[in-house]
Amino acid sequence: MNAIHELAEAGSTGYCGVSEAPKVAVASLTHVIKRYANGVLALDDLSLTLHCGEIVALLGPNGAGKSTAVKLMMGLSTPTGGSVRIFGGDPRQTATRLRTGVMLQVGRAPEMLRVSEHISIFRGYYPNPMAYADIIRAAGLAGVESRMFGQLSGGQKQRMLFALSLAGDPDLIFLDEPTAGLDVEARRGMWTQIRSLAERGKTVLLTTHYLEEADALAHRIIVINKGRMVCEGTPAEVKSLGSGTSASRSLKVIRCSTSLVVSTLLAIPGVTNVEAHGPLTSITSTQAEATLREMLALDQNLHSLEVQSPALEDAFLALTAELPSEG
Amino acid sequence: MSTTAILPPPIPFTRNLRNLRIFLTETQCEFVRLLRTRGFSLSIIGFPVAFYIFFGLVMNRGQMIHGVSVAKYMLATYSVFGMIGAALFGIGIGLSGELSAGWLELKRASPMPPLAYLLAKCSSAMAFGVIIVCLLSLLGVTAAHVSLTAWEFGRLIGLTVVGVIPFACMGMALALLVPFNSAPGFANMIYLPMSFCGGLWIPIMMLPHVMQKFALLLPTYHLSQLVLGAFGYASAGSAASHWMGLLGFTLIMLGIAWVAFRRFEQNS
Repeated sequence: MNAIHELAEAGSTGYCGVSEAPKVAVASLTHVIKRYANGVLALDDLSLTLHCGEIVALLGPNGAGKSTAVKLMMGLSTPTGGSVRIFGGDPRQTATRLRTGVMLQVGRAPEMLRVSEHISIFRGYYPNPMAYADIIRAAGLAGVESRMFGQLSGGQKQRMLFALSLAGDPDLIFLDEPTAGLDVEARRGMWTQIRSLAERGKTVLLTTHYLEEADALAHRIIVINKGRMVCEGTPAEVKSLGSGTSASRSLKVIRCSTSLVVSTLLAIPGVTNVEAHGPLTSITSTQAEATLREMLALDQNLHSLEVQSPALEDAFLALTAELPSEG
Repeated sequence: MSTTAILPPPIPFTRNLRNLRIFLTETQCEFVRLLRTRGFSLSIIGFPVAFYIFFGLVMNRGQMIHGVSVAKYMLATYSVFGMIGAALFGIGIGLSGELSAGWLELKRASPMPPLAYLLAKCSSAMAFGVIIVCLLSLLGVTAAHVSLTAWEFGRLIGLTVVGVIPFACMGMALALLVPFNSAPGFANMIYLPMSFCGGLWIPIMMLPHVMQKFALLLPTYHLSQLVLGAFGYASAGSAASHWMGLLGFTLIMLGIAWVAFRRFEQNS
């Protein structure tokens, strides 16, 4: 009897509707190998899993295999080895894609169709699409619905493509550079929408070159390079790994103008790295509070103080630069 | 608390109904889109109409050659000419553009049934073909006093619609083989000579004998002979042989398109 209740709820509120459900694997790549016809090995034994209600950012330098991995999950490509599963099914089958939404970097959508027509077409593909008014509101397209796609500004075009990904009220959404070309307000608006998707139990896979975005949105980051996984974890964990400390310690960067010399700073407990950039000194520490107390006690004239999480960019560069030196 | 019930599996009927609705929406939007693209709609309708007015109505006004009304003969051949243009440029170039823009990739990643997409493009081209034929018929009947029975007109429309299919397949093959920048050029390089050599501009009997032989290879020749046959103006070959010619061409084009698509899939 309980199983029937759960099934009914799962059906009505979506795959992840049951609050006590264990971490359900929504999508998975299992030991996937992808070799193109021209011999290029794009993915080399890559395994990853996406769970309910999480936003996952897939990061990697150009040519790392991100697009290949995402295309496999979208059903646009077939793996040479290994398996791809979306909601337990094969994404190459249309039925599986009834629960997915996609936003791609499209050069040009048909320009002589109105925004409303585009959205209506995509809504029609799905058995339970999102309400038209909700899509317009979520994508911020109020007022431009009757304009032709060709008449939209760059930001509006991007928002329309976002609307198309939401059209079917999907449980798994792929977003490829969703905020490229958007101004700050539109970007923040889209971030809010993406977060609310996850809150409603949807799963979002995000690929972006804008690492601040991955840092701000993602529950989990997966870094791949040369077709293999480099590391995965929360943004904080990835940053720690990127700066060479263990993932369990939370890293902070302290910037200030201080008269303390490098050797003194390195001796302070928790400090892992010190760099002097002109008048400012950057101190990386695993125990930021203790380090600060010590520094403030030693130097009464310390000023221009900032305490930040390390930039994901630096961690990313460190992680993806390591590989060429190995083996 | 909502009533508990085990959700039934989706029945094929609802799925097919949805597919039908998708097909109708796609067709309507594709047609509207093509109509709004003035560069396409005006030229695809305008050229056959202009050619017919000039060559069929103005130049050879009221002429009869061996009992064949020139205006009526050209009504048949220019209908075919116009319809091929609609298929080649509407479907072929349209597909090529959407492929190069990455739009087709988005459609493929969505749950759109691929057949609905292709059939919608075909149907839109057929709609344009019908528009062209109706305009030409109207001109022929009113300006050149061509006598066209309802039966002949019906067969003209029917053959025009069916005739889209082989050229739709050719358009698909073209879109998959040729990059978008050169696609219109290639399309014209195929369209214009194929039309001329098939006897669409100058009647086939008036072309040199060797070209008449060569025309047997061309789908334009076979289709125009079928349409002329509806008017009783066919010059050579049985209807069955022309249908076989068209079928053979369609299969070859489908084969090429299939191979090109597989290659495209493997490299993507």
